[in-house]
Amino acid sequence: MNKKNTEFLINRKDNQYEVVIGLEVHAQVLSESKLFSSSSTKFGAEPNTQVSLVDAAFPGMLPVINEFCIKQAIKTGIGLNAKINKRSVFDRKNYFYADLPQGYQISQFKDPIVGEGKVILDMPNGQKEVGIERLHLEQDAGKSIHDLDPQNTFVDLNRSGVALMEIVSKPDLRSPDEVNAYIKKLRSIMRYLGTCDGNMQEGSLRADVNVSVRPKGSKEFGTRCEIKNVNSIKFMQMAIEYEANRQVDLIEEGKTIDQETRLFDTKKNETRSMRSKEDAHDYRYFPDPDLLPLEVSEKFIEELKNDIPELPDDKKKRFIEEFKLSPYEANILVSDIDTAKYFEEVVAKMGKNKDIKLAVNWITGELFAVLNSKGLEISQSPVSAKNFAILINLIKNGTISGKIAKTVFELMIDGDKDPQKIVEEKGLKQQSDPKALEALIDKIINENREKAIEYKQGKEKLFGFFVGQAMKASGGKANPQLINEILKKKL
Amino acid sequence: MSDITKQSLTELVENIKNKKLSSTDVTKAFIQRSEKSSELNAYITDNFTLALDKAKKFDQNPNLDLKLPGIPMAVKDLFCTKNVKTTAGSKILNNFVPTYESTVTENIWNEGAILLGKLNCDEFAMGSSNETSHFGNVQNPIDKNLVPGGSSGGSASAVAGKLTPITIGTDTGGSIRQPASFTGIVGLKPTYGSCSRYGIVAFASSLDQAGPMAQNVKDCALLQEVISTYDPKDSTSIKFKRNHYSKELTKNIKGKKIGIPKEYRVDGMPKEIEDLWLKGIQYVKDCGAETIDISLPHTSYALPTYYIVAPAEASSNLARYDGVKYGYRAKGENLIDMYEKTRSEGFGAEVQRRIMIGTYVLSSGYYDAYYLKAQKVRKLIKNDFDDAYKKVDAILTPSTPSSAFKIGEKTNDPVSMYLNDIFTVPVNLAGLPGISIPAGHDTKGYPLGLQIIGKAFDEQNILNIAFAMEEKINFKNKITDWWIK
Repeated sequence: MNKKNTEFLINRKDNQYEVVIGLEVHAQVLSESKLFSSSSTKFGAEPNTQVSLVDAAFPGMLPVINEFCIKQAIKTGIGLNAKINKRSVFDRKNYFYADLPQGYQISQFKDPIVGEGKVILDMPNGQKEVGIERLHLEQDAGKSIHDLDPQNTFVDLNRSGVALMEIVSKPDLRSPDEVNAYIKKLRSIMRYLGTCDGNMQEGSLRADVNVSVRPKGSKEFGTRCEIKNVNSIKFMQMAIEYEANRQVDLIEEGKTIDQETRLFDTKKNETRSMRSKEDAHDYRYFPDPDLLPLEVSEKFIEELKNDIPELPDDKKKRFIEEFKLSPYEANILVSDIDTAKYFEEVVAKMGKNKDIKLAVNWITGELFAVLNSKGLEISQSPVSAKNFAILINLIKNGTISGKIAKTVFELMIDGDKDPQKIVEEKGLKQQSDPKALEALIDKIINENREKAIEYKQGKEKLFGFFVGQAMKASGGKANPQLINEILKKKL
Repeated sequence: MSDITKQSLTELVENIKNKKLSSTDVTKAFIQRSEKSSELNAYITDNFTLALDKAKKFDQNPNLDLKLPGIPMAVKDLFCTKNVKTTAGSKILNNFVPTYESTVTENIWNEGAILLGKLNCDEFAMGSSNETSHFGNVQNPIDKNLVPGGSSGGSASAVAGKLTPITIGTDTGGSIRQPASFTGIVGLKPTYGSCSRYGIVAFASSLDQAGPMAQNVKDCALLQEVISTYDPKDSTSIKFKRNHYSKELTKNIKGKKIGIPKEYRVDGMPKEIEDLWLKGIQYVKDCGAETIDISLPHTSYALPTYYIVAPAEASSNLARYDGVKYGYRAKGENLIDMYEKTRSEGFGAEVQRRIMIGTYVLSSGYYDAYYLKAQKVRKLIKNDFDDAYKKVDAILTPSTPSSAFKIGEKTNDPVSMYLNDIFTVPVNLAGLPGISIPAGHDTKGYPLGLQIIGKAFDEQNILNIAFAMEEKINFKNKITDWWIK
């Protein structure tokens, strides 16, 4: 099915199909309180403990815009290189559901707060630009819980009224891999900005996925289906693969695709029809008369612009220029803000005589391995950037060998210990005294005279044997470079 | 003191401040009269026991610096009152007891007033005769089986019948001014954004506004001064310089220019209304003001515009009454069934009619033709007033096209019922202040009102004009206490 890494085509007999994907990402605004009330947004609280009278839509209650959420949305818009609309309007999206207390969701329909923008994806075969159609603010609904009781549904309104940013992409994505890269990029940008924590397990980031297929080379779009509320990248990719193949099969069978809303069943790995276009809700959008149109000044936007930190694309560029990293290395370090922070702290703590390449290798190698095995985020790293920098410096200045460093690193993990102390306490300092090493090597050559002769006669493989013996005799502490030099001289 | 209930608010405040009366005296008097007046059906919920306790407590340590010291007051049952049942005249909220207080009532209690009870009104304020209330008709004290108007019918009846010294209503299309006119009292609809909507059961959010209903203009000015505050809890509340309306009240309106809009001379307007208007013009002239003929060309579109905008907003505002969280819930087979039964049984016919109209005009395919167009016309209506106010300081019109009608007379003819609001709805659509003052009687002896419409935030001016006219008109309500046995 796959040709190159990013080209995702579906082949049937003589026909090749291209998949067209657009995403509506729902990103929870990182904010202490809700979009129109002062209730807490903290995740995981007891049901219905973070609900104000406004959130539960009591009679006479009125929404009041949380200015912080507005700022967060504008910052995100700036991060998406998008147009910020100085005037936007909150609309009511009317529908009935038990976990929608007002009977309408306050959203933005015709006049969103953020207009067109773009994000750049780094794909294996180069960069890809994905257009952003818009970003608008809206309230989240509550949660219906159907499996606690055979007769009744329970409703938890903690989430009701929490601010969401709906980020709508243009139909520019062409493969599950691009979707993966796109979501990760959005997440990365928003985490840099501090506007969304991007935590998919907690539902802070979810997406409606629009999928259509068309013969390769065709300019027209096929009929699309919308897969609702997919909450992991893996499921998005699986849903797209399934849905694209389903649509291609229909076309191949001469059938038509119905525009409809579908659900992804994660257990059966298939999409299922939820409602057809005919059954689509008529949301009766109209401007919310409880809220005046939202007007923001140029000054307000400018102030927020000044508040924008260095974003992943710029940081990557700088890392390549300043630290002479490869684009690949830079990408790994910038994609997650905490990794970038850790790396930059290590660089700062290493001081003048630093070896950045070595630090990068150790972060992406040893550190990532430990984090992976322990299931930790880099922000929870058991080894602080400060001690990590000391360790790299110890390698760099020859105090310990790379091999010993691994032993030291293992010991550092438990309680973020100072590597300098570990090296001293355990006597792991590298032996770099040429005289002591010469004596040690003389002894080994003496004990292995026959092998030394064989080496001289041309059995060069035996060099490794002598290195090994020397390292062993030094308890692994001998400076391997010196050992090599001395052995070459003596043999 | 048997004549306590005959005193105006201003007199009562004075007498309490001078310690000629205690809050207990006053509260008792109004409770006794209210209890004898059950036939008016003005109350949905009384708060008499608690009110008397509060009055006694007030008297133990009276704070006489307050604007409404120990004054008992019943309010329309559309205002949420903490721990006191609030129904909005609907079955669907028949069991609803708020845990919170509306800003407007909070302001009133903060000035020392005491809640007497909750007054009857049309269901969710949708009606012009108080006949849509789940809690039954309200009698107009003027005559038996006469409607008091609506939707603040209970409020109007209670003030005219002297069950409360003063009250507050809400006005979305005339719900303060029309019942004030029908019962011979003063009613002010303030500028949109003057009084907070926080805690008022919403009907049509872009039109709803709370306001005072009083026996005279001075009382009205005093209450307006209390209820009008900027409220950050209502995003449509507006910061502007609010006057001490009662202190700054003056009868000197010399040189004021009063507009007389020709479009309000509608077809089929009874001659007595026409005559009343002419009399009104004479009164303002007598006060030294000047009248100028003006045109408000889009007036005839106001009523149809209103009956699109208001139901549209209402259909959405009333979606929250779904049986899930509070209020009436019918048993259902499933969620949809529960919704349908709850809302069919919980809402009355007029409310259902307006929800249907509102849902229709917002539906895809109809939105542009109805709702969007109505919003455009609304803008034109507002522009009419803006243009007029380049030439005049205020506008004088009749309050209603007729006097009060009989109970049941118009219940089967919604359009003729809606026509009652023909002179009042343009004011709501434009967000302006308007006051209705009693100005005369028709041949049956029923009161008729005149409306003075002001510029936005210019409540002081229309109160002054009303104050000046009030003296010239010297209106006396013809109330026989027929309902008291």
